[in-house]
Amino acid sequence: MPHRTFFWFVLPSVLAMIVFIALPIASVFMQSLHVAHDRVMVEVENCGPFGCKKEMQVDAAATEALRRAEPLGQFAGLSIYLNRNHLATGELAQMWSGASSLGAFLSSMFALPFYKALLFTLAYTFVVTPFVIVLGFAIALAVNAVPRVLKGPTIFFSLLPMIITPLIGSLVLFWMIDANGVIGATIQRLANDPNLSLKASAPLTWIMLMVYGIWHSAPFAFVVFYAGLQTVPADTLESAMIDGASRWERIRYVVIPHLAPLATFVGLIQLMDNFRVFEPVVGFNAEAHATSLSWIIYNDLKNQGEPLYGSAAATSMLTIFGVALLLSPVLVRTWCDFSRKR
Amino acid sequence: MKISRIILLAGVALAAASTNAYAGCGIEKGSVRILSNDFPALHAVVDKASECAEGAVTVTKNQTKEHESLAVPGLSANPPEFTSHIVANSSIQPLLNGDLIRPLDDYVAKYGEGLQKTQLITIDGKVMAVAFMANAQHLFYRADILEKAGVQPPKTYEEMLEAAKLIKEKGLMDHPLGGTYKAGWNLGEEFVNMYIGMGGEFFKEGSAEPAINNEKGVATLEMLKSLSTHMNPDFLTFDSNALQAEFEAGKTAMAVFWGSRYGAVTDAEGSTPEIAGAIKIAGAPTVGGGSIPATTLWWDGFTVAKNASDEDAEATFRALAHGTSSDMANANVDKAVWLIGGYTPGPNGEGVLASASAGAKPYPMVPYMGLLHNALGAEVVDFMSGKEDAAQALADAEAAYVTAAKEKGFIK
Repeated sequence: MPHRTFFWFVLPSVLAMIVFIALPIASVFMQSLHVAHDRVMVEVENCGPFGCKKEMQVDAAATEALRRAEPLGQFAGLSIYLNRNHLATGELAQMWSGASSLGAFLSSMFALPFYKALLFTLAYTFVVTPFVIVLGFAIALAVNAVPRVLKGPTIFFSLLPMIITPLIGSLVLFWMIDANGVIGATIQRLANDPNLSLKASAPLTWIMLMVYGIWHSAPFAFVVFYAGLQTVPADTLESAMIDGASRWERIRYVVIPHLAPLATFVGLIQLMDNFRVFEPVVGFNAEAHATSLSWIIYNDLKNQGEPLYGSAAATSMLTIFGVALLLSPVLVRTWCDFSRKR
Repeated sequence: MKISRIILLAGVALAAASTNAYAGCGIEKGSVRILSNDFPALHAVVDKASECAEGAVTVTKNQTKEHESLAVPGLSANPPEFTSHIVANSSIQPLLNGDLIRPLDDYVAKYGEGLQKTQLITIDGKVMAVAFMANAQHLFYRADILEKAGVQPPKTYEEMLEAAKLIKEKGLMDHPLGGTYKAGWNLGEEFVNMYIGMGGEFFKEGSAEPAINNEKGVATLEMLKSLSTHMNPDFLTFDSNALQAEFEAGKTAMAVFWGSRYGAVTDAEGSTPEIAGAIKIAGAPTVGGGSIPATTLWWDGFTVAKNASDEDAEATFRALAHGTSSDMANANVDKAVWLIGGYTPGPNGEGVLASASAGAKPYPMVPYMGLLHNALGAEVVDFMSGKEDAAQALADAEAAYVTAAKEKGFIK
């Protein structure tokens, strides 16, 4: 394709990407470098139904004048990125010098909000992604073996977890695992422990969220692999059968190599999706035991009428950085495949 | 022209006041757009205010739990999306900080003849909101269970722990206590209530520097933890809805939670008559030998947007004054503890009124309280789930708060 044609061909999508992706990210980045102006405070007397009290209030007019002079706020450089609620460099240095052992250092490090959320986010990503790929592949193989008449309904039911809105799906499961719910009560009976609660312990909460994540995402992998299975060359399979290959050997040496690029694709999408885990944390009321990076952003923005825009922006930038870092090996691999083929 | 208009309006107001049978509110024209939280008492107020929608007057409403997220952007626009936000002690702060609501003194003088002086929320001498209801967390208890256990309704949290132990020992209930301990805002509110009961101060005098990491703070956390040992193990996921369900299912004997839930907890819906009929209320307990109840008093009131046109602002004030009339209060006695004059409180008011007359304090009305509340809600969790000791949790909460307060410009 001549360069000229190529340019006009991609121009609309490049423009759309600049307007809807690049500019918003640039604006979020700008936001993350600024903090609010110092508030001008005055002491005033507040009276209400429960009496009067002298209290501090913001001098709105004076603060507004400051804000008008510099609408973005005060430039703060990278200070938000480095403060306690994000990378906490100062706190980490202090903990490192004060800690008696590596274990003590790590436990105090993972009590900091950002690292606590990062730990869960990474654990969730790296547990859910492989399970989704394997489970999705297994479901696809199973559905592919189902007789033709039953295929339609089976595919529909296998897709249901993905069709249900994540928040609704997690709420439904949240009630089912309640001590009064079907799953919760059954587990209590099986374990013979009336006080067993999936919501009260951190490890069980983590497992519960991960199981939910696998349940929710497996259909996506299934659909992709199922589509891929329809393209497996019948000739190769047949010749393998003539050579006496068992079903397992056919899968191992014919089907899996054929579907490997699809696995990369599913892995790529799942890494991105799982790194942004958010709805189950809210749906399962799990913030006591498991927080994710996206949940921190939400919490900053929900701060009772005083949203912490700078803080949320910094966490967003760190999340984007995290996604890029996670995807880099996969992207490098794709690039190598691409170059080799050329 | 202005004077003649005022005279005309005053005349209309007088005519409206003198002829009570006349259903309208006497507003000529204007657009009233109300933003509020979503619970029965506010439905009653806004529905009553909607009666004013006649002729050239329109009344629209948006009643949602997410009202706080909508308020600042909604009132900042010019003309504003909402001409009134129905606020509480805490949610008025962002509006004051942003200079988004107007003083109501003129309207009060003109149309406020039915208002009590105690309803006026004045800040630096200017009326910024008109309160119409009070709310507080107070004691709910199962009279039948306490009687079987042979204990009196507790007056202090220490008595409550004793009573819980007895109920457990007699095998009456596995988890006799309840509480809204859900991680986040709810847990933060529990800390605030208990810490006030201990006689603690949240900030260093006259500044935004936190002052919670002290003996009283530690005692507060220890008490919250002792109480939680008698609760359903899922307590860190319990908000008011979940706690109400536990109470109605007969699984909780005592809990301190919102007075505005009284109607919902004691009605027949979601429970059996035996359980619902045995639920009684009393003032919030005291703690640690203190004399003030360990709870905070809240008011709900209406504001008028600064950016609204004068015509809309006046219509808004008058419609909401109509919405908070004594007629409305007397027709909805069970929905709230009204601060409105000419209303007789029902049995639902006992808990809030008992707490108030025992000297309960209002929720602190300082602009940075929300940030501290949020930090507490997030950081106290590690102590409640046993990962940290009390002093560490308090130090973390202070550090998280200071970081946020620096970003918002409250601390240099």
